[in-house]
Amino acid sequence: MEIFGVSLPGLLSQLLLGLVNGSFYAILSLGLAVIFGLLNVINFAHGALFMMGAVITWMAMNYFGINYWLMLVLAPLVVGVFGVVIERLLLRWIYKLDHLYGLLLTLGLTLLIEGVFRSVYGVSGLGYDTPELLEGATNLGFMMMPNYRAWVVVASITVCIGTWYVIEKTKLGAYLRAGTENPRLVEAFGVNVPLMITLTYAFGAALAAFAGVLAAPVYQVSPLMGQNLIIVVFAVVVIGGMGSIMGSILTGLGLGIVEGFTKVFYPEASSTVVFVIMVIVLLIRPAGLFGKEK
Amino acid sequence: MNSKNLSALGYGLLFVGLLAAPLLGAYPVFVMKLMCFALFAAAFNLLLGYTGMLSFGHAAFLGGSAYVAGQSMKVWGFTPEVGLLLGTLSGALLGLVVGFFAIRRAGIYSTMITLALAQMLFFICLQMPFTGGEDGLQGVPRGKLFGLVDLQNDLVMYYVVLVVVVAAFLLIVRTVHSPYGQVLKAIKENEPRAISLGYDTNRFKLLAFVLSAALSGLAGSLKTLVLGFATLSDVHWTASGHVVLMTLVGGLGTLSGPLVGSAVVVLLENKLGEIGHFLATLTSVEWFNTLGESVTMVTGLIFVVCVLAFRRGIMGEIIAWLVRRKADIKG
Repeated sequence: MEIFGVSLPGLLSQLLLGLVNGSFYAILSLGLAVIFGLLNVINFAHGALFMMGAVITWMAMNYFGINYWLMLVLAPLVVGVFGVVIERLLLRWIYKLDHLYGLLLTLGLTLLIEGVFRSVYGVSGLGYDTPELLEGATNLGFMMMPNYRAWVVVASITVCIGTWYVIEKTKLGAYLRAGTENPRLVEAFGVNVPLMITLTYAFGAALAAFAGVLAAPVYQVSPLMGQNLIIVVFAVVVIGGMGSIMGSILTGLGLGIVEGFTKVFYPEASSTVVFVIMVIVLLIRPAGLFGKEK
Repeated sequence: MNSKNLSALGYGLLFVGLLAAPLLGAYPVFVMKLMCFALFAAAFNLLLGYTGMLSFGHAAFLGGSAYVAGQSMKVWGFTPEVGLLLGTLSGALLGLVVGFFAIRRAGIYSTMITLALAQMLFFICLQMPFTGGEDGLQGVPRGKLFGLVDLQNDLVMYYVVLVVVVAAFLLIVRTVHSPYGQVLKAIKENEPRAISLGYDTNRFKLLAFVLSAALSGLAGSLKTLVLGFATLSDVHWTASGHVVLMTLVGGLGTLSGPLVGSAVVVLLENKLGEIGHFLATLTSVEWFNTLGESVTMVTGLIFVVCVLAFRRGIMGEIIAWLVRRKADIKG
């Protein structure tokens, strides 16, 4: 079967690949939105934290033989602790300043982190094997679906929905949302806001690292793998607006799919299509699709 | 000596120093490159330091114009002054487009928009045939200025660059001190108030964007003319980060800051290897010998330190110190 001269299985496999990319956009933009909500900092280092998740996974496999599944828990923990250190040591001092300093500080951190990893591993990609359990592909009748890609999409969406549930439906989430609205009032009610801020940053960092672990077998693991991704994620955030958690998730997944489609029908534009959409959205709905500007 | 005389003395010394530099044995091409970056940073500072808008897409103006200038001089055979003019114009045009979208959102969103649009231009440059992709646009001839003055000679080229950069810098100084510059400052301090005073702030911001982009384009074209090539690294987002760093190190919102900052950053990057070897012999820590290869790491470290402890930058600190001293004498 063909659609516009493209075979259906080919189209669907590109779509799945797009969905994989979209999952990463969703997790990363979700983390950015949560961090920005409470800390008022645009975390440029998000891409570097994503990269750390992937590289740590590779290191654990190659130096200690720790397998993928364990790293799915361990890498986010390690990077989360790293996030605590960053927040307590550095970010803490700049909350009262203009937004731009937050961006510049995290940009510096990004260069620092990437520089350290580069000095050890260079810029070439390191291969990471797909875990045995998820090797191969399943025949769905109309297409061959690589198991690992399906797993990435399912795992990401589960994590995203879980995060959405915690923030929107639980008491902890209510504190978080209240802290975003008015931190001083929440503090007056006896909630430890500074601790909440630290944990929020750590959680965002852990999310990025989780995405990094998922990405290790799909992308080439390299110290620079987070760089280009974070800029696309910024565009995603501009398109979706950072006001809504579900908005970030849907925008991320949707743009991944659009990118996948573009790869099939007009591959030259696949690297720029997200930016083009951003331009269109800015023209039609300047505040973003789900935007409520702060 | 009052501060006005002091700064006049400073600029005078700098100008005489630059006039004499190639005669005193400084490598002209290196100083020319320095001046291009100084102009780039000064143009960037016009936007961030005086209008309060952080653009993270200035690489697009530097690199995009570098390609246009290079293409026009190499393939279309234009003379250098036409090449520079076309480069500047294309910078202005890019600035108009990027600025138009950037000012549709406020604050941090606007920064992300500039970054995203610049990245888009990067991908376009990567794919367009005329840019030469990863290899860059090579072998741009220097040609003859106005068809008369041969720029092949480094010394002649040097003084042409000096004149252009000084003229552009004077334009920036004039802009900052003009009534228009005062409105920009008002927008930076308190935009709602500027609006309530009846200023169409978006128009002012867009014009600042175009001006800053045009001058960045001039810097990029000049760089191509001097070095004879335009590459992808000038359009890459790291070049945008670079110019932010130069301005931050030198001092945001000071006229002399970007000049000092760009000199410090470029010198540091070029001499990092030597500094590393020196530190290695001093402390006998072997690791310092590899410092030359870790430019990104050191750049990141400077960023972090500047934001946390040194936000006024070099010139900002000096100016603040002068003001304090004056107050002490009076008090």
